Amino acid sequence: MRGKGHTVALDDLDWKILRTLQENARQTYTEIGRGLGIAHSTVYERVKRMEKQGIIRKYTAIVDLEKAKLKQVIAIMTLFTDPKESETVATKLSEFEEVLEVSTSLSEELSIIARVIAEDQEKLHAFIAQSVAPLPGVLRIRTSIITRKYKEQNFLINKGGG
Amino acid sequence: MPKIGVHKPLKSKFVSQDSKKLPRENAFYFFSSIGNYIGESAASLEEFMEKIRAVNVKSLEFHLYREDFEKWISGTLKDKELAADIQKLRGSNLIGDELRDQLYLVISKKFNKSK
Repeated sequence: MRGKGHTVALDDLDWKILRTLQENARQTYTEIGRGLGIAHSTVYERVKRMEKQGIIRKYTAIVDLEKAKLKQVIAIMTLFTDPKESETVATKLSEFEEVLEVSTSLSEELSIIARVIAEDQEKLHAFIAQSVAPLPGVLRIRTSIITRKYKEQNFLINKGGG
Repeated sequence: MPKIGVHKPLKSKFVSQDSKKLPRENAFYFFSSIGNYIGESAASLEEFMEKIRAVNVKSLEFHLYREDFEKWISGTLKDKELAADIQKLRGSNLIGDELRDQLYLVISKKFNKSK
């Protein structure tokens, strides 16, 4: 068995179980087994194996912040960086709790794209001005505040047939 | 060297206490609006004065009316007098190049005095 960080080969049944869990991670092994026409013990063994392999990283709740009346500002921040420093900038950015997601992109210029959360616009600006702009290698920052979300969905696995 | 718009850069020919460089986390970073950093910063009063002539005037308007200049000058450069002068300038509701010229005048006066 391979540990975390390695590529692991999954069969069709594994993919089907993953897709079922993505749709509703609170289903019991029996319910999953019934849906897929297999024994609950098979589901249990495979889920445990995939947890151990790090394929299933965690189970979490998706909270509707609007319904919970938690008014937060979410923004997409694009940082243009000195190519020599971009790796360090991306790593440093990832350490801030205000930063939810960090990716790099190679379009016209090397850039880092990050999703950021703050209590309000003022706090968002203060965070960017005091913590992000001073990072060595940051050349410019473009920030778009999200005003309305029309869709939010994680990638759903479409593998394993059936 | 700052990016040059229609204004010419100043030549730094003197070194004074106000030319001492601050660590980068205490520098002033110029933005054009919330979260949009334009890539210019100032780590001393002298640099700040130079950038006032070089950055897009929209950035000056953005920071002046948010009171960012006063806060930085008073809190980081510890110059209450200059901060008060800028506060007065804010009260005159200037915009565009007139604002740039007046800001530059107020800061350069102070800078030359401190040489």
